[in-house]
Amino acid sequence: MLCDVCKVETASVFLTQIVEGKMQKVNMCEACSKEKGVSDPTGFALADLLLGMGAAQPVERSLSEGRRCPKCGFSQSEFTKTGRLGCSVCYSTFSEGLEVMLKGMHKGLRHTGKCPERLQRALALENEVRTLAQELRSAVEGERYEEAAALRDRIKTLEGESLKAAGTGGK
Amino acid sequence: MPTRNILSRGGDWFGGEGPHHQIVVSSRVRLARNLSGKPFPGWAKKVERSAILDLIRPQVEGLPEMSEASSVACQDLSALEKQVLVERHLISREHAAKGLGSAVVMNRRQTLSIMINEEDHLRMQALRSGLQLRAAFKAINKVDTELEEKLDFAFDPNLGYLTACPSNVGTGMRASAMLHVPALVLSDQINQVVQAVNKIGLAVRGLYGEGTEALGNLFQISNQTTLGEREEEILERLQKVILQVIEHEQNARKNLLQNRPNTLLDHIGRSYGILRHAYSMNSKEALNLLSLAKLGCDLGFYPDTQRRAVDELFMETQPAHLQKGSQKKLATEERDILRSDIIRKKLEAFSSPDVDGVMGRVKEGAGAPADLDPAPGAEGQSSVPE
Repeated sequence: MLCDVCKVETASVFLTQIVEGKMQKVNMCEACSKEKGVSDPTGFALADLLLGMGAAQPVERSLSEGRRCPKCGFSQSEFTKTGRLGCSVCYSTFSEGLEVMLKGMHKGLRHTGKCPERLQRALALENEVRTLAQELRSAVEGERYEEAAALRDRIKTLEGESLKAAGTGGK
Repeated sequence: MPTRNILSRGGDWFGGEGPHHQIVVSSRVRLARNLSGKPFPGWAKKVERSAILDLIRPQVEGLPEMSEASSVACQDLSALEKQVLVERHLISREHAAKGLGSAVVMNRRQTLSIMINEEDHLRMQALRSGLQLRAAFKAINKVDTELEEKLDFAFDPNLGYLTACPSNVGTGMRASAMLHVPALVLSDQINQVVQAVNKIGLAVRGLYGEGTEALGNLFQISNQTTLGEREEEILERLQKVILQVIEHEQNARKNLLQNRPNTLLDHIGRSYGILRHAYSMNSKEALNLLSLAKLGCDLGFYPDTQRRAVDELFMETQPAHLQKGSQKKLATEERDILRSDIIRKKLEAFSSPDVDGVMGRVKEGAGAPADLDPAPGAEGQSSVPE
């Protein structure tokens, strides 16, 4: 991603600001950010500093106005007020704006830590079913029907297991 | 177990033990978890929040770790009881403000506490005395693994555990240690240390977390980021930094003894005099003077047998703990009088600082007592049994 100011260097400073409910995003390289005095992100107004240069671009207007989480009805303006989201589905509803925010907050954008065991098991089952389905196709194509029947039964059993696994969720 | 019993006895984790216990008072690891597809507590309607509580609470109460637990709904706790739990770090200040639809479940030893419907559906934490971040993580991770078999936690393969505030997303883990660093404060090095720690992405806060004052020379160091690193990596990074701060504090103590003995002796002596002879004391002054008494124990000015009294006073002189024993709510003035009474009584048999002994050893080149200078070793070897 290139710097929005000099359009030459790679951007390494990412700024997001919410002004009157609209999210603005600016990407700058190290040198330009220094030149603009962007060392303390809380101490300056992004719009004042950069709007004149046309560098700031409103991000996803739909996001700031009107978009609501289909699951819980939470809206962007509520997030601006409280800094908290409405439910787990909000993470995909507001994903565009959130990504910029998360980038500035964390060490990375991908979780590398613990994963619920149930999910790991479900993923492993899913993979196995996919592999077996491929084998089944090639068995059918090769007219090895006995083998195909065995594979079909195996897939059925596995799918039953994965349904059961999902059912222990206690929702 | 009735909550009253929990409130009347101290927790096992603030007994002043564990690795590096002279400088690291306690270690804490908390995990934030939410139920998939259910509104977060701050956005849920009252009915929804109560339904979520009813879903989670029996599962938490059914944990093997919680066989002798106290489980209490927030509306059933008095303001004073809530404050006692806050002072023990068993619930957060935010949780203390909650009423209907929130609860807390704590084990008898007060080393585990699980808040239901705080900012997230579940805020689970393990506490340990001394520097035992890994042991604390192990304990709370086990609880999490047990619960995830029963409850459907909101988890995204890319973003990890989903939390109400994006600052907790990923591991949902906040690990912190409470450090007692009087020598860094006395020698004006604390700001440098705080800045250095901040620079590498860790947070330094006061006694009761975000936005609170650093009373009694107590500081909390915790991880700031939760996404992009594994739990073990975060703990490792934190552990390394804490060991460095411990080393700085030890050096600052040695330096005070060798190069500025008068400053040190003046502080130790004054704290002794005021603690033993004051008739009114606010909690801020008490914490700061007790901090110097604790330092005095570490440096050998007081025999080790007196350490426990000082450690206990840190908790007993907090506003809510102070009023716990009296039948009615006390005015500030009454509290200050009661506080000084409790301190005088507890330190009645406290011997005066052994200045000649300590300074004699410093002159002989022996430096500080042997236990001032333990090599920052691996955690866990000398950890307190579960």
